[in-house]
Amino acid sequence: MTAASASPRVPTEAGKERSMSLQKQMIAGHYTALSRAPQDGRKVVYTFVPGNLTELVRSFNLLPMLPEINALQSGMRKLSGDYIAEAEKHGHSEDVCTYVKCDIGMLKKGNIGPTGEKLPPPDLLLLSYTGCFTFMKWFELLRQEYDCPVAMLHVPYQSEGRILPHHVDYIVQQLCTEVIPKLEQVSGLRYDEDRLREMLRLSAQAEDDLVWVLESAKHIPSPIDAYFGGVYYIGPMFTAFRGTAEGVAYYRTLHEEVEERLRSGLGPLTPEGSQEKERYRLVMEGPPNWTSFREFWKMFYDEGAVVVASSYTKVGGLYDGGFRHDPARPLETLAEYCMGCYTNLGLPTRVELLERYIREYRADGFMINSIKSCNSFSVGQLLMLRQLEQRTGVPGGFIESDLVDPRYFSAANIKNRIESYLQMLEQKRAGANP
Amino acid sequence: MNPELSNLVQRVQELNDDFDLTAVRTWKEAETGRKAIGYMPIYVPRELIHAAGMLPVGIMGAGERLEIIRGDAYFQSYICHIPRSTIELALTRRLDVLDGMLFPSICDVIRNLSGMWTMLFPERYVRYVDLPQNFDPEVGGVYWRRELETLRADLCRLSGRPIEDEALRHSIAVYNENRSTIRELYSARSRQPWVYPTSEVYLLLRAGNLLPPEDHTRLLREYLRLAPLETERRDRDQSRIVLVGTFCEQPPLGLLLTLERAGCWIVDDDLLLGLRWTMGEISCAGDPLQALVEAFLTKSAETAARYLPEGEHGRALVDSVRRNRAEGVIFCAPSFCDPALLEQPMLISRLDREGIPHTQFKYSEDTGQFAVIREQAGTFSDSIRLWSQA
Repeated sequence: MTAASASPRVPTEAGKERSMSLQKQMIAGHYTALSRAPQDGRKVVYTFVPGNLTELVRSFNLLPMLPEINALQSGMRKLSGDYIAEAEKHGHSEDVCTYVKCDIGMLKKGNIGPTGEKLPPPDLLLLSYTGCFTFMKWFELLRQEYDCPVAMLHVPYQSEGRILPHHVDYIVQQLCTEVIPKLEQVSGLRYDEDRLREMLRLSAQAEDDLVWVLESAKHIPSPIDAYFGGVYYIGPMFTAFRGTAEGVAYYRTLHEEVEERLRSGLGPLTPEGSQEKERYRLVMEGPPNWTSFREFWKMFYDEGAVVVASSYTKVGGLYDGGFRHDPARPLETLAEYCMGCYTNLGLPTRVELLERYIREYRADGFMINSIKSCNSFSVGQLLMLRQLEQRTGVPGGFIESDLVDPRYFSAANIKNRIESYLQMLEQKRAGANP
Repeated sequence: MNPELSNLVQRVQELNDDFDLTAVRTWKEAETGRKAIGYMPIYVPRELIHAAGMLPVGIMGAGERLEIIRGDAYFQSYICHIPRSTIELALTRRLDVLDGMLFPSICDVIRNLSGMWTMLFPERYVRYVDLPQNFDPEVGGVYWRRELETLRADLCRLSGRPIEDEALRHSIAVYNENRSTIRELYSARSRQPWVYPTSEVYLLLRAGNLLPPEDHTRLLREYLRLAPLETERRDRDQSRIVLVGTFCEQPPLGLLLTLERAGCWIVDDDLLLGLRWTMGEISCAGDPLQALVEAFLTKSAETAARYLPEGEHGRALVDSVRRNRAEGVIFCAPSFCDPALLEQPMLISRLDREGIPHTQFKYSEDTGQFAVIREQAGTFSDSIRLWSQA
């Protein structure tokens, strides 16, 4: 999700690099704090991006660490292939999630994190079981590796497309009886609701700015790429910086930069520089591939394709649907946040969301990157494709890759599919305007 | 084979082969207004469906004999087989006899399949049954009761009649008897697996997906009476093994036959686990809905789809090995099955600590070639008999 260490080339204009360097500093600082945690006497909580309880964790002065982020960083640094092989050598099936295997492999090879520093073992595994079955098995596997407690938080699935009051009650009860007592036990601190409220207030501030940035893509041409660029924008929000002053400052800076790009009529910032021509506006469903992230992005850039909205940037919260963390209802708002994450939504709701994106962002097309590792995302995507085409009249494209297994990124095949799809959009456009 | 036993086995074989759910249609046609509710693996509270006067129907895919023509168009190559055959059954109208469909929370595939069902068949009743992963009566128990109350209300609406507490108590008793008879069959097989071969036991069990529980229990009892009369069935020098990983997508019958022919007596397994999910009696006294809640929290089978507290992984498997005097474990999981395959390394490490031999392979419900599996299982069985200290 976040990829500060692999940020796009720093542009020459000073105003456009501030948020990038800020994010890079924030994430490097966080990893350093993690690596120093044992000698600094700080405790570490491993947890997941969807349904993460960052504010709650930080309100106990604990440091959150997200194994998915370590895995994707390993993918971008071309380390994941070896890690996956290591996990498979230890008996993990080739059929299962490569994030899990990358994480287990990294652990078996010494747990060296993305910044080259050794990562600390967890003092607590906060198993926020939100939108992904694999999460449960992942932390059960880690529990075997580390001698530490697990706090299990079961987040009910939104199969009916709405949050039910007794589901909120269920999560709040789990927070009170399972999660908070274990955070208190690990940290040695009592639950401080006032502190949590203050952090939630900061979260909501940053969330306003993030939504503004994401929605700037409604402009034609878009000043951002909401998928390849979007994964950088969501980085601090989806990981360790919600509820912090740093997070607020980052999103304020980002907002100002994008506003400036918009005023200047500039396109998205990419590793190749500013994208000057916006030939195709696309909506994207599914996570990106991390092992060939830059090459993948360039395939779109070369064709003048800009992603104006994506579902992946909603896995850590659906803020553009109106949700904001609400300091007045601290535990209830955390419950609602967890349930609202994208992969916790029923398939019909996901289709409705993508349909809305296609219309509101005036997309020419939509594309699904189907990920081998991720059944939570992938199962049903072929039906989603048909439904979206029927509902919007906009044609869809379909490609397949994986999160961090380099064996499943076939560059020539994917490039060929993207080009063919965009040619088809071009012909359709020409047919409509002879 | 005794003609009575032969007829019984033939009947359950026909039920197993009948993709058109003729038995369900026949049951519905016998009385006006009858309804049937389908469910996917692993567990749903069938007692509630039964108490509403409806027939619970287990849909466990379509094995190796159904040609998948349309189902593959809905799923990528890296997704397991059961959703393909299930969609194929539905698109070919074989599941039209069902008045609703329940999808329990076992994995992301079955979960998302519930959403696909909603979109593909908007006129039908669909419910995702989100089982609690918190087992505190005041937390997970309260949540599960609310979920059951909603399901109860839905089923009342569908059936057009209330589910009275007395009817629910009766249904609980009916399923208690059914599960108890299955346990009896499993115990008998464990004692004399040559008398109750798994290839037959499985078909008997599978009939429970389609028949009313009262009929199924009678069938099981009949089999328990008839099988020991087969004097030709004799013990062979085979290894006693526990089969693990088959709780959702079912292996083809040929695979179970292959294991037995390769020298393995299956003395315990997790085939069709939903039929015996509750490990013990559910109380028939007091508030029946609360009895279902308590049974789920305290008597559910240990399986990969359920969260287990610290230190419990593999405990039930080791207990099963000891209790059934098994000499080894075969991990037999469907390809691309996240729960089974992610669970496997944890179970293996437990078995290694206990010194219990094991082997592993994957299958798909439409696997048609068993030569490699036969060789592997045969070698495993030989190695146990030749070298194991167990």
